[in-house]
Amino acid sequence: MKRTSVLLAAAVLATAAQAAETSPGDVVFDNGAVSRSLTGVPGDPANGRKVFMNRKKGNCLACHANADMHDQLFHGEIGPTLDGVAGRYSEAELRGLLVNSKNTYEDTIMPAFYRADGFKRPLDKFKGKTILTAQEVEDVVAYLMTLK
Amino acid sequence: MRIGNMFLAATAAVALSATSLLAGSDRLSIDGQEMTTRAKAPDYTPNLDQVISGWVFRSEETQALELDDFDNPSFVFIDQANDLWNKVDGSEGKSCASCHDDVAEFKGLRTVLPRVVDGKLQTLEDIINSERVNRMGAEPWGYTSAPMAAMAALISLQSRGMPVQVKIDGDAAPFWERGKEIYYTRVGQLDLACANCHEDNYGKMIRADRLSQGQINGFPTYRLKNAKLNTVHARFKGCMKNVRAKPYKPGSDEFKALELYVASRGAGLSVESPSVRN
Repeated sequence: MKRTSVLLAAAVLATAAQAAETSPGDVVFDNGAVSRSLTGVPGDPANGRKVFMNRKKGNCLACHANADMHDQLFHGEIGPTLDGVAGRYSEAELRGLLVNSKNTYEDTIMPAFYRADGFKRPLDKFKGKTILTAQEVEDVVAYLMTLK
Repeated sequence: MRIGNMFLAATAAVALSATSLLAGSDRLSIDGQEMTTRAKAPDYTPNLDQVISGWVFRSEETQALELDDFDNPSFVFIDQANDLWNKVDGSEGKSCASCHDDVAEFKGLRTVLPRVVDGKLQTLEDIINSERVNRMGAEPWGYTSAPMAAMAALISLQSRGMPVQVKIDGDAAPFWERGKEIYYTRVGQLDLACANCHEDNYGKMIRADRLSQGQINGFPTYRLKNAKLNTVHARFKGCMKNVRAKPYKPGSDEFKALELYVASRGAGLSVESPSVRN
């Protein structure tokens, strides 16, 4: 009996979490910025830092230099350095830039990290998928907010 | 104040090394033969001032491997191609050498390819396979296969030092326009066109790699990354997969058109085949 209610409670929580996650097509932009969290779960800056560095995930370092990662040998030169980026953009603006920076900078080279469709010739294994999960986006936003 | 000076010094050092890397190492002489590694951009590439060989963007160590054919790992495959040149294959009992006295007779051919013949865009690989099938009665080679890459390198080598000069007008125009369209179309999950990296951002580091203009004057090229000769279309395919796009097929109309367009963006550069890249 007791076990059943715990299970039930867990199921209800899981459903709530799912419902709280915004799907890529439902993200609401305001001048490029996204004020509402994609998941409702606070971002984890430590995991965001890993996603930033990981070549198969964000690979942000491919294009952006970041002094916080001075132990990493190679930093890209394509985009602006992200030192102090939290002082230049609000959290909502950073989230918007990660989800789809083309809503902020129309012709940017930067990929959209939380967009699932509208691509030409996507490889089958990436079809209908986003580069990062909603929570990974939140984690990277949280990490970027630490770069003051 | 002190920190400020240190920062300034560090910035200056970085700027200096970047400049010297790109400006100090653009003189390429292979076994005494001077190569043109920078040329004034053609008027149909308004977004470029200069066209620059991929050799210029490579590290000193990689550059050094192309200065001398003895050091150039491609020449293992040139030796193999010379053997293939003399090898009888197919129903007609012929080798390349049965009809062509000397591969040197193809001097200049690479500079004008791809070209339009009888309304079709023809690459060097097409020519090689057509000869194999129609004259030798042999099986065609795979478009990006090892023997194909080697033979394409041997034939291209005959034009080394000569300027790229593909025809883009007249009957070539529709193919060139199609190639241009592909060059500027964003594809894949990363949503990138060739131009985003190779026109807008060449010379900059993308993590551990320095972006080049994506010139193909040195193809087939030996890549340190996979330790073999790489054909143009194999490289296009790799690039498309990198941006998570479904590649066109090697030998497809799309890749041939793109090859013509990209070749035309290197007009005036020396044929450098077989080059060495990372």
